Amino acid sequence: MAMDAGRRGVDAGAAGSAPDSMLLELAGTSVRYRSVVALDDVSLGLRSGEIVAVMGPNGAGKSTVLRAIMGLAPVVSGAIYWRGERLAAPTHEIVRQGIAYVPQGRRIFAHLSIEENLEMGCLHLRDAAEKERRMESVMALFPILGERRRDAASGMSGGQQQMLALGRGLMAGPQVLLLDEPTLGLAPIVVAEVFRKVAEISERLATTILIVEHNIKGVLEIVDRAYVLNRGRLAHEGTPRSLRESDVLREVFLGRADAER
Amino acid sequence: MTTGFSRLAAAAARAPVVLVASRRGNVELWANLVILTWAGVFLLWQGPGFALTVGTVFAIWAILAVSLNLVVGFTGLLSIAHIGFFGIGAYAMAILTSGTSYEELRTDAIPTFGWPFFAALPVSAVAAGLVAIAVGVVLNRFRDDIFVLVTFGFAIISYSVFLNWAELTRGAFGIHDIARPAVGDLVLDSDAEFLAFAVLCLALVSLVSWLVVSSSFGRVLLAIREDEQAAEVFGYRVARYKLVVWVISAMMAGLAGGLFSSWARFVDPYSFALLESILLVSIVIIGGLATIWGSLLGVMTFVLLEEGMRFVPFLPNESIGQARQAVLGVLLVLLMLFRPQGLVGRYRL
Repeated sequence: MAMDAGRRGVDAGAAGSAPDSMLLELAGTSVRYRSVVALDDVSLGLRSGEIVAVMGPNGAGKSTVLRAIMGLAPVVSGAIYWRGERLAAPTHEIVRQGIAYVPQGRRIFAHLSIEENLEMGCLHLRDAAEKERRMESVMALFPILGERRRDAASGMSGGQQQMLALGRGLMAGPQVLLLDEPTLGLAPIVVAEVFRKVAEISERLATTILIVEHNIKGVLEIVDRAYVLNRGRLAHEGTPRSLRESDVLREVFLGRADAER
Repeated sequence: MTTGFSRLAAAAARAPVVLVASRRGNVELWANLVILTWAGVFLLWQGPGFALTVGTVFAIWAILAVSLNLVVGFTGLLSIAHIGFFGIGAYAMAILTSGTSYEELRTDAIPTFGWPFFAALPVSAVAAGLVAIAVGVVLNRFRDDIFVLVTFGFAIISYSVFLNWAELTRGAFGIHDIARPAVGDLVLDSDAEFLAFAVLCLALVSLVSWLVVSSSFGRVLLAIREDEQAAEVFGYRVARYKLVVWVISAMMAGLAGGLFSSWARFVDPYSFALLESILLVSIVIIGGLATIWGSLLGVMTFVLLEEGMRFVPFLPNESIGQARQAVLGVLLVLLMLFRPQGLVGRYRL
């Protein structure tokens, strides 16, 4: 299933965008937590329909990219653009504008049932028919959630909980899905399944996906483009092929790029 | 309202299933059986007069416990402040309805209004709600341990205000001659009538609580309880949800306060001391977090212990108060060790 630039002929002009226009874009964005610079002048973007990865070693600022988009991290300079307009809404508004976030560690509501967890993704939706349609769509994508819909989420395995977290994100009906380390702590066989599902979400629901991932080999199989961060700065941008052919990942993860700088 | 009725009907249809489900938990079943039997035997033994008094105390404290469980149990916000709202409701009722001429008592006079009970009761709830908005806006800035400490601070401040704002509360002297419920010439003056009214209020508060927690609003409260930030990233204005449930809960406590001062016909600050607040939180934890029935069971246990201690033969009268607190403390420690979710609770603290 190896894919490269234009993984499956991504329609860059979908959703009314100009071919090269970005659906979601960070422009010279910096994030600072007191004296710690978590992101330093980072620019990156997603076109409609793409799957884009953000990679890098621990502390590179990968998760901060997603948190900044969701309004959960303090952006001190630069800007974030959503469909060409500056995104400066509070978190709850950002979700309603079409961006859903699946946080690291799954963060499911353990005492609620699987169905209730999914409903949490779209409780603000008034249209019961649309809610039901989304529920069926998610359960078609993840049959295990339908089979166990009345069970407590706490009784699910780690992999199943990750499927639930993905499904709950999709219940918001997002145009863009932000995934933070979706394979963290999962067995290799489950990791492959999660990546398959991410690709399937993109294919079947035409959802644009920004995925932060430490599993480089697996994620490069499914993405159109990838950004590599190192110490809060953008170290590389390219297609999976260009990344494989360059030494940038080795340099970043082994620290040589930093030494050269 | 149709939604409310349809949910009630659905719950009634599920009742046998719930009963069967509750049988799965032997501890829950035994807790229910023991406490209800204990209550029944005790009331039969002591006779109707005793039952009327104990029943009214139960109903008022149960309103408090059910309302506190909305905040502590369902939303996961451990609050020690609840007794303050109870006190505000009690003082609002006392100040608005008291008709006593204090000059005759040769103590400091306060403004008296002579309102009827049913005009003052909503004001008791609204006054507590308004203060809760102000306190809640501040509390929304804090989480976890700091949140608990700030609610602790509010309980101390409210007690100090009741004690020291003598121009309004008559301080340690308290306020007398508080009105009983009356509609025209019909005054609910007897213990039986007051008990019936208090139980009606308890039923109303329990129904409102049930509607709150079984709605989508209640689902979000449970989600906030489990993971506040996760709820935020799914598009919920967590601060607003917390404030709304905080105010609803405070208004219920204010209502209980209004009932309490009318029943006792007297209020002073000592009924709203910090220890009472800690007892109330203990009752909610003992009964079980995030369950309305658990709150009722917790109060039943507390009232039975409170009254039952009077009949322990070897206990001198002057030690009864301390012994009650010690027994409640031991019960709390045992529960935390062996059943941290309380008698019939869904969650651990």
